[in-house]
Amino acid sequence: MIEYIPFIAVVAMILIGLYAVVFRRNLIKIVIGISIIESGVNLFLIMLGYREGGVAPIFTSLPPGTTYPPEMVLPVPQALTLTSIVIGVAVLALMLSLVMHIYRKYGTLDVRKIRRLKE
Amino acid sequence: MTVLEALLQHSPALIIAIPLLSAFLLPLVSRIHAKVRDVFALVMLGVTSCFVGLLASDVLSHGPRIYIFGAQNLRVPLVRILFEVDSMGVFMAIITMMLAIIAVIYSWSFLHQEDGLDKYYTLLLLVVTSALGMELTGDIFNFFVFLEISCIASCALIAFWVTEGEALEAAFKYIVVSSIGALFVLFAIGIFYAQYNALNIATLAHLLLFTFLDKIALVILLVSLGMKAGLAPMHMWLPDSYGRAPPSIVLIIMSATLASFYGLLRVVFTFYGNVLTTSLRFSLPAHVVIGWILIALAIVSILIGVIMALVQTDLLRLIGYAAVAEIGYMFLAVGASIAALGTSYATVALQGGVLHILNDAVDIGLLFLVAGAIYYVTKKRSLDDLSGLARTMKFTTVFFIIGLLAVAGMPPLNGFTSKFLIYESVYQLNPILSIIALLGSILLLAIFVKVLYAAFLGPELPGLKDVKEAPKSMLLAMGFLAGLAIFIGLFPNLLLDTLVKPAVSALLDHAQYISMVVGGL
Amino acid sequence: MSEMTKIVKTTANILFPFTMIFGLYVIVHGHLTPGGGFQGGAIVVSGCALLLVAYGSSWVFDHIKDKRLATFESLGAIGFITIAFLGLVFSAVFFGNFLTGSGTLFGTTPATGSTLSNFNTGGVLPLMNFAVGVKVIAGLFVIVLVMAHASSIKEWG
Repeated sequence: MIEYIPFIAVVAMILIGLYAVVFRRNLIKIVIGISIIESGVNLFLIMLGYREGGVAPIFTSLPPGTTYPPEMVLPVPQALTLTSIVIGVAVLALMLSLVMHIYRKYGTLDVRKIRRLKE
Repeated sequence: MTVLEALLQHSPALIIAIPLLSAFLLPLVSRIHAKVRDVFALVMLGVTSCFVGLLASDVLSHGPRIYIFGAQNLRVPLVRILFEVDSMGVFMAIITMMLAIIAVIYSWSFLHQEDGLDKYYTLLLLVVTSALGMELTGDIFNFFVFLEISCIASCALIAFWVTEGEALEAAFKYIVVSSIGALFVLFAIGIFYAQYNALNIATLAHLLLFTFLDKIALVILLVSLGMKAGLAPMHMWLPDSYGRAPPSIVLIIMSATLASFYGLLRVVFTFYGNVLTTSLRFSLPAHVVIGWILIALAIVSILIGVIMALVQTDLLRLIGYAAVAEIGYMFLAVGASIAALGTSYATVALQGGVLHILNDAVDIGLLFLVAGAIYYVTKKRSLDDLSGLARTMKFTTVFFIIGLLAVAGMPPLNGFTSKFLIYESVYQLNPILSIIALLGSILLLAIFVKVLYAAFLGPELPGLKDVKEAPKSMLLAMGFLAGLAIFIGLFPNLLLDTLVKPAVSALLDHAQYISMVVGGL
Repeated sequence: MSEMTKIVKTTANILFPFTMIFGLYVIVHGHLTPGGGFQGGAIVVSGCALLLVAYGSSWVFDHIKDKRLATFESLGAIGFITIAFLGLVFSAVFFGNFLTGSGTLFGTTPATGSTLSNFNTGGVLPLMNFAVGVKVIAGLFVIVLVMAHASSIKEWG
């Protein structure tokens, strides 16, 4: 049971993020919601990378006397997570700069007051 | 090895690398002179097109190619990033390059008074890179990275007219929708990696067992890629961003949208190709369920697209809704071919759908360019403020009529060829679908004839007395698309035989796609 | 962002060099230890953000031109792709690692097993880390700078 807790956390984070995006009226809170979804997905990828009894894939810091241990893990999920984080930074910066411009234009961050594109 | 062979061997990498490198060289080049920058962007896209052409001619005659990044051969476990290029990917790459070159030619005059154009061209080249990457890659995670690049760069381009509040709103909507879509794609990738320890599309398709988690991943991928492709009911970002971005940008965003559509095709036909005939509950095969869901959403898209286009007064937004309807036609064809997988009319439907990707790019692109030309000379968007433009803008009027007839699927033009294939094949699946599709086309014709009367014919408004014809480069771009529309309409078989049929057979033949990688291990 | 008190400034003065050194260490040791161009660049930029908080955005804006930072960002990206192209030229495959095992710059083959890290290994990976580091430092610093500057404009809203 205890090994499922991180996956429950992943689902919870994604749902919280979706709730914020769908039901919150403040643009900054929508941005925060997307960040939470992203953290949930990143946590999911990191969870997949965990191998019980695995060794970090750094050859020079292995336990003494070993050469190529079979328990050395392939660091693909970590690499994926890093890429995802880098992309997340770019998306976050872009969204915040858009929010800045919207605030300058309309003087508010409330979605209901800035909706000009209807129908 | 001759030089040509070496270039051909490395062309999948170069097709990505050249636009990427020129995107980052552009800020430096544009310091020399504005003219140099414009020419540089066009020349680099031209060089890339040469490589696409080279690759296309080889792939169409000799079958798919793979390209391994950073190593000479494949090794187990497969951690390398692979590009796997087949006829379908090449077909999409040709469409992307065509749209990109036309957009650059068009923006020469359309945007020459704006500033910040160095960043504009950088972002444009980045979107082109990402669309090409999505179309050529053989790695699902790589696909996600290119998807995100296209989201970020297109969002910044939609907000190009940053002083307009509506453009900002459209861009914000776009980035929210597409970043959530992309994150869910990543979630699905995580599900695959958890089960099969692989990220390569061919390897995953080979290993796929269609477990419960795979079904969840399929639903997530269909929803998020459908959202990016503008399928109803997740279409709401599309008319907003198409209607508010500069029309030259719409072509570029359209190439990214079509690349997402291609991703969806790849997921269904290649990724799940092995398991599509598996029975689900009540002994319903999986492909029937997926196909009919796609058909239902496609019908909703067509209806929403035409009904919402009827009530619009903003010309660009109206064409945006017409674009939703056109995407509905593509999904209708694809859904029908999935639902009827294995029959002969399924292949015809898929041919119609794949050809409609090109026709949609040509027709909707042409209409957007015409609307952009009207906006350029009059600075007005609303149909209420436009009248009698045919007197002064003769060429633009002719191009608009060509675009109108093509979108509505009238015989001598390209829209007819693909729509006829769609009606014909969908009729064999269920006649009602065909009737709805025909009805949608007729309504599209009515809508655009209304626009023709409102904007081009009718009395001359006093505010529009000194309107001139659009500049030459814009006319050139529109003329190219109009010529293409007529050409495809007159010689559809030429295109069907050389490009579309190989693309469709590459899509349906997932075993070959898989064996290219798995057989080499 | 406006200027802060002398205490904050002095603390920032002391901390700034350490942050810089740590960030640069993470960048140059990217091929040996966890980290690399992006992580190290983010650490360096956090040091720059510290200066921004302590000295105010107008002071930093007077001393650093965002145009120049944008040029550096382009140069970082160009460097990265150029190295990938060099792989095409020297080892006949795009992104090929043509320096590893060559005995020249970063070209030593590392000993396996538990040894001390040999800095002179990794082939083109350290070079790519440098390029990414330059790009990330310039890019993130532009973002932080522009946002801080925008928040100091009073007539908004």
